[in-house]
Amino acid sequence: MSFPWAKEYTPANPVMKFLDEKLPLPRLVYNAVGAGYPVPRNLNYMWNFGVLAGFFLVLQIVTGVVLAMHYAADATVAFGKVEHIMRDVNWGWLMRYSHANGASFFFIVIYLHIFRGFYYSSYKAPREMVWLLGVVIFLLMMATAFMGYVLPWGQMSFWGAKVITGLFGAIPVVGEPLQVWLLGGFAPDDAALNRFFSLHFLLPFVIAGVVILHIWALHIPGSSNPTGVEVKGESDTVPFHPYYTAKDGFGLGVVLVLFAVMLFFLPNYLGHPDNYIEANPLSTPAHIVPEWYFWPFYAILRAFTFDFILPAKLWGVLAMFAAILMWFFLPWLDRSPVRSGHYRPLFRKFFWFGLIPVMAVLFYCGGAPAEEPYVMLSQIATAYYFLHFLVILPLVSSFEKPEPLPYSITEAVLGSDKKAVLGENTTPAT
Amino acid sequence: MIRPIAILVGLGFSFVVLLAFVTGAYTWATEEAQHTAEHEFHLAPHSPEGGFAHDGPLGTWDVAQLQRGYQVYKEVCAACHSLKYVAFRDLAGLGYDEGQIKAEAASYQVPGIDPNTGEATFRPGLPTDYFPSPYPNAVAAAAANNNAVPPDLSLMTKARHHGPEYVYSLLTGFGPIPAELKQEFPDFTTPTGLHFNRYFPNLNLAMAPPLTADGQVTYAEGNPEPTIRQMAADVAAFLTWTAEPKLVERRQTGWPVLGFLIFATILAFLAKKQVWSSMTPGRKDD
Repeated sequence: MSFPWAKEYTPANPVMKFLDEKLPLPRLVYNAVGAGYPVPRNLNYMWNFGVLAGFFLVLQIVTGVVLAMHYAADATVAFGKVEHIMRDVNWGWLMRYSHANGASFFFIVIYLHIFRGFYYSSYKAPREMVWLLGVVIFLLMMATAFMGYVLPWGQMSFWGAKVITGLFGAIPVVGEPLQVWLLGGFAPDDAALNRFFSLHFLLPFVIAGVVILHIWALHIPGSSNPTGVEVKGESDTVPFHPYYTAKDGFGLGVVLVLFAVMLFFLPNYLGHPDNYIEANPLSTPAHIVPEWYFWPFYAILRAFTFDFILPAKLWGVLAMFAAILMWFFLPWLDRSPVRSGHYRPLFRKFFWFGLIPVMAVLFYCGGAPAEEPYVMLSQIATAYYFLHFLVILPLVSSFEKPEPLPYSITEAVLGSDKKAVLGENTTPAT
Repeated sequence: MIRPIAILVGLGFSFVVLLAFVTGAYTWATEEAQHTAEHEFHLAPHSPEGGFAHDGPLGTWDVAQLQRGYQVYKEVCAACHSLKYVAFRDLAGLGYDEGQIKAEAASYQVPGIDPNTGEATFRPGLPTDYFPSPYPNAVAAAAANNNAVPPDLSLMTKARHHGPEYVYSLLTGFGPIPAELKQEFPDFTTPTGLHFNRYFPNLNLAMAPPLTADGQVTYAEGNPEPTIRQMAADVAAFLTWTAEPKLVERRQTGWPVLGFLIFATILAFLAKKQVWSSMTPGRKDD
């Protein structure tokens, strides 16, 4: 895989030589994230978020396994068990707040990673499979996070679970039996809590598996880059280690500083106070809202308030799922031969003045109560959201004159590329 | 083929949501905006004068205040409200020593089992016991309180937005219905058994004013005057501690961690700079 000039792994001592012959694990790591993986030399800091997402996945698994040692998925004790972790378990508060805020940071870095993909069209050939697997990871993350939020068995846990599983009730004919089957009852209770705990423990390992496929698929064409021009020669790349391990190390440091600020000083800022009230099926909270990372999609769900042939609720459910599932088709919807938004003047305008503000509005309205003017705002934003991906993106390339691309990555970085003149690929840049 | 289908789907969803927008906007423009007493007269919670000692990233416990707040809880709130996630041993966090905690626990009667007969009985509390509930169960609590179960207070300050300020404001926020409210909403009444309070979301609270007179609780020598405001601030501080006993420990852990991370990040930046130094003549960072 990757490029012919990739450095080959040479075991430094007899132990590594033995290992390399019997089970070439060091070689695998060397070629995946070591000096054996040539990466475009011009990656900016938006390319840090893959490694950061990997870090938060590991953090979630480690803290989650520890929390599971002290938790019990039983509706009568679950809430108290979380308080036991917070009060009596040594460093339990650190584990739980790391896990809760770690989930938020995982979503922050994933959203940035995805929007990096939108701007630089990272989904385009030859990286379609990388993108498809990435969308699968995002869907798995959402399922995992939703089930994890049910486990503390607070008011928002219970009512969130009720609302989200209630969405399946909107499906004609099979909806209600399906909802009862998913929950193991008519409302969330022990059966639901136990299966959510079981799946919440399982899915992160499924995610880890798909992450391996995601990285595998990435290493076949190699990483994309901000110019969108493919690698032409050795001078366009640097080895992942030490160049990008160093750059990612700095990025990780910055994110960890922000994480520590949230964790130690504002640990409940991103949560909802109602989740510190034990679940009570007889008392509905004034405003049921999911966790912040679901807000854009929750806003889309609630934007459909008009029965047009189908019931409004069913429109909302279809739109909410379509809002993510349509990402699967992006590689075939966007037909511009130019990848990077840097060289696409019209696309760039739609991205910065359309998609980004609309996402901000959807984020805001999803967390706001279902009242005017928030509903009207989210309706306009939802209309644009669908138009952006399904109408504008397929059509914009027909009306757009891309700006001139650099000959190569090296030229983009250095201002000139000798081989562009000499027509050779041998001169390494100094 | 995929693009025409996508365009149709995109136009379809936008059309339906814009229909919803048009009908929603029409309703919004033609109907009177909702105008309720709750909406107009509800007040956001506020801090006691001078704030709390635990406010801010450097805030810490005022142990004397926590002890006073505990006294207010014990003599006033505990008549109706449980504190079920707090154990007597936790009182070490309020600066009490082992002997004091044992004595404190023993002053409570907790449910137990008679070792000779096996019958349910009561025994003096131990430091490992949790604060007993004033009612044997929720039905008894509801029956004794006009069907409104007094909530457990352990987590109250985390279960409300701006919890400590909310507790303080609510305890000091009882009073008559203001004349402006009566004028604007002549139909507004406080049903019998409820109590007017502008800090409660629907303005009518089931709890009767618990702190009714200055000096209701007698503080030990050297403490401030037990005015209603002082007692409310003290119990709000105490309930902040019951909700998050590790609050100060958490911040004190946070500072060195933050210091270390900033230092490590600076080193990581310098390392990155050095690694890249040979690669970046006139490099344009995208």
